[in-house]
Amino acid sequence: MSNKISETLTFECETGNYHTFCPISCVAWLYQKIEDSFFLVVGTKTCGYFLQNALGVMIFAEPRYAMAELEEGDISAQLNDYEELKRLCLQIKKDRNPSVIIWIGTCTTEIIKMDLEGMAPKLENELGIPIVVARANGLDYAFTQGEDTVLAAMAHRCPQQILLKNKKKIIQDSSIQKIFSFLSSEKKEERTNKYLENFKKNPPLVLFGSLPSTVASQLSLELKRQSVQVSGWLPSQRYTDLPSLGDQVYVCGVNPFLSRTATTLMRRRKCKLIGAPFPIGPDGTRAWIEKICSVFGIKTEGLEKREEQIWKNLKDYLDLIRGKSVFFMGDNLLEISLARFLIRCGMIVYEIGIPYLDKRYQAAELLFLQQTCKNMSIPMPRIVEKPDNYNQIQRMRELQPDLAITGMAHANPLEARGINTKWSVEFTFAQIHGFTNARDVLELVTRPLRRNNNLENLGWSDLTKK
Amino acid sequence: MKLAYWMYAGPAHIGTLRVASSFKNVHAIMHAPLGDDYFNVMRSMLERERDFTPVTASIVDRHVLARGSQEKVVDNITRKDKEERPDLIVLTPTCTSSILQEDLQNFVDRASITSNSDVILADVNHYRVNELQAADRTLEQVIRYYLEKARRQGTLDQSITKEPSANIIGIFTLGFHNQHDYRELKRLLQDLNIKINKVIPEGGSVKDLQDLPKAWFNLVPYREVGLMTAIYLEKNFGMPYVSITPMGIVDIAECIRQIQKHVNNLVSNEKFNYEPYIDQQTRFVSQAAWFSRSIDCQNLTGKKAVVFGDATHAASITKILAREMGIRVSCTGTYCKHDSEWFKEQVQGFCDEILITDDHTKVGDMIARIEPSAIFGTQMERHIGKRLDIPCGVISSPVHIQNFPLGYRPFLGYEGTNQIADLVYNSFTLGMEDHLLEIFGGHDTKEVITKSLSTDTDLTWNYESQLELNKIPGFVRGKIKRNTEKFARQNNVTNITVDIMYAAKEALSA
Repeated sequence: MSNKISETLTFECETGNYHTFCPISCVAWLYQKIEDSFFLVVGTKTCGYFLQNALGVMIFAEPRYAMAELEEGDISAQLNDYEELKRLCLQIKKDRNPSVIIWIGTCTTEIIKMDLEGMAPKLENELGIPIVVARANGLDYAFTQGEDTVLAAMAHRCPQQILLKNKKKIIQDSSIQKIFSFLSSEKKEERTNKYLENFKKNPPLVLFGSLPSTVASQLSLELKRQSVQVSGWLPSQRYTDLPSLGDQVYVCGVNPFLSRTATTLMRRRKCKLIGAPFPIGPDGTRAWIEKICSVFGIKTEGLEKREEQIWKNLKDYLDLIRGKSVFFMGDNLLEISLARFLIRCGMIVYEIGIPYLDKRYQAAELLFLQQTCKNMSIPMPRIVEKPDNYNQIQRMRELQPDLAITGMAHANPLEARGINTKWSVEFTFAQIHGFTNARDVLELVTRPLRRNNNLENLGWSDLTKK
Repeated sequence: MKLAYWMYAGPAHIGTLRVASSFKNVHAIMHAPLGDDYFNVMRSMLERERDFTPVTASIVDRHVLARGSQEKVVDNITRKDKEERPDLIVLTPTCTSSILQEDLQNFVDRASITSNSDVILADVNHYRVNELQAADRTLEQVIRYYLEKARRQGTLDQSITKEPSANIIGIFTLGFHNQHDYRELKRLLQDLNIKINKVIPEGGSVKDLQDLPKAWFNLVPYREVGLMTAIYLEKNFGMPYVSITPMGIVDIAECIRQIQKHVNNLVSNEKFNYEPYIDQQTRFVSQAAWFSRSIDCQNLTGKKAVVFGDATHAASITKILAREMGIRVSCTGTYCKHDSEWFKEQVQGFCDEILITDDHTKVGDMIARIEPSAIFGTQMERHIGKRLDIPCGVISSPVHIQNFPLGYRPFLGYEGTNQIADLVYNSFTLGMEDHLLEIFGGHDTKEVITKSLSTDTDLTWNYESQLELNKIPGFVRGKIKRNTEKFARQNNVTNITVDIMYAAKEALSA
């Protein structure tokens, strides 16, 4: 399939001199998502300074993450890594008592070859707390790929699905009932039965990708409407509730940057991957649901109408952006899906910059992009992997796009040169998945355009000295 | 290893980049992995820079790890040389590159053969110096490089200007209120009939650095950055320098008297006398002297305060509070551990105790123990204050975007004294209000009874929707609940399910 795509979609690769966040930034949203976790970033002052500045006010809210700051003695191996980490983890255990400690390996631990994977099981035994190791470093990864490394590491910790079957009785008694513990016992049983009944309709389906819990339940609900039961999420709200995995389990990603996790789930946990476009935008959400349903042999109901309704609700925003052009500089791997959605909205995409493109994991999304371009009869955008920001800015000078989706390093300078910008980071932190949140994506995209409609006639769009 | 959540001073390369990007037409190339160019974000966001930050990275990735940088760094330097034609390219090591121990100097030597720009390697050790120390060193390194170059080429003109003139050293990007301080210093020197020869590094051109020795003396307003340069210039060119921070009325006067001394050393006939100027400014231009006399300030007498920040600001503010306003400084401290001797000497006699630490939890504990009426510190202390319900005035880096105000807010000079007086006065609970609160026991004696606008009788939330509602962050939960119930009523639904909740959201946002 990938061959067919490359016939029409063109992929370029530049120098990789581009601006993006360090992948350790994933702790910012993951520690909030996984409530009983503690993230320990093993790195230097540079890592700490980045986190401190990038996460701003979160720092002050007693976050469940910290730096294990390496000092000269650690670098030159005068200190014993194991003893040092043990000391810090003991303190974390004492102060916070988390259900899991996640060590984030950084560039420095890579270079000095600190054996985090080797030390973790030993310390885990000594400490009695699971220790998960993720190497989210800037040598190998960009921004959101950090989450990918963490989830891939966590996939190994999910319970085996066979065990679930054998222990069904026990589970019935404990975990599921726990959820309904506030109900009367009669009702409880009824609920439990209903829960298990639903469960039988389709083989277990685990969705992977960290989403705010409201968005996760919105997506689960959309699937439930098509009578597809979601049996679990990776990650779950709590580490202790990780979903069961096994060769009977189907998995499907909700974010485009989770290719390592997908690979791990397939190869190591023998799960079956459903390759679908990602549920971003109403078109993406529908395609995502349709793909899942088709795998389970379920005919979708009322999905078309639902999509139509959502598009109708977006009309005021669509009028604003139709025919306008976008340039993605690329830094968070959401670019392909967002571009596809915006093309469907009637925008013209000049360039899709993207840090890294897994053509297999994103195959369905790429195909969907291609179809969307055809349907909207607009030229196929160029896809630039590992872009070069300097070259991109030269190209932007010529193209003069109506909107540049870019990192914060370039936003203000571009604005001063009269180019509207939207920070790409906001797409990572905003709720953009599913039908319900389609409007939120356009809210972000149209904001600079709406702002500038207000300022248009004041005559000071170019604010640089010649 | 150290467990750390927060740091007061950043890593060394940030200091180097701050100095390099403050000069005009100087480009810094970081030898760093992807994502380490966070400096560009800070400069673009905090300073609201209109221009692209002249910093790029020569990316260290897996290939570099395996085979070394090889041509990559040199290529990146020569490429930047062609693209931007900078006067100087500063190759900046980071913590990552310093462990790799590549011979960066060799790359610099090779690149400078082919490029038109000058190329230097920033000489900082990541594991020994912090942001501020690195900035100080880099500034000195650049100045040394250009003065020695000029000397070699015989273009160095050591004669001084006809009129008295000064260099201002240490104003630079991302500095706490540096831009405003610079304007205020310019005004101060103008008032004293002293010309400004050069201001470095902010907005300065490296081509003009050979003119530095033309000034009569150097003014180093901040303790942290510029002192090394001033000492170098004194040693090699016999230039005197004034390093008294002109912050607070007493120290401004002291600073001006020093300037007078240096200037009068060089004039032969008519000596300068700045005393009338000092007197006039102190008594009538600055409002701070009058303020400390006024009955407003009387109410502050003996109130307890805690000060924490970089050495310059913490020391100056401590002296202002104690000496000029009669406030009792229970504890003062700095995170500039490398400069603790100087700091202790400065605040001796103006405070009860001194705290030298870069551990914010120690500062927090100290504040909790002392329970001052106001804190003067960094953004971290502001947050500690929030938690303990103690007001805080921010007087030093590290800072947030609100510490880069658009309005004119110097800390130095006579206008600075006004700003500081406002800051101090507004930080303490206003005097009269304070009394009234004490007498009547607070503003709101009646407990506020919040009643939900909707009645609970006709609508039921099923258990799933209740769970869902509880997942929504507390501060918007009430609003979501009200909107959902409104939607349910409009649609004659009595049993609220999760479906209804999201249908409500969709309908509402449409």
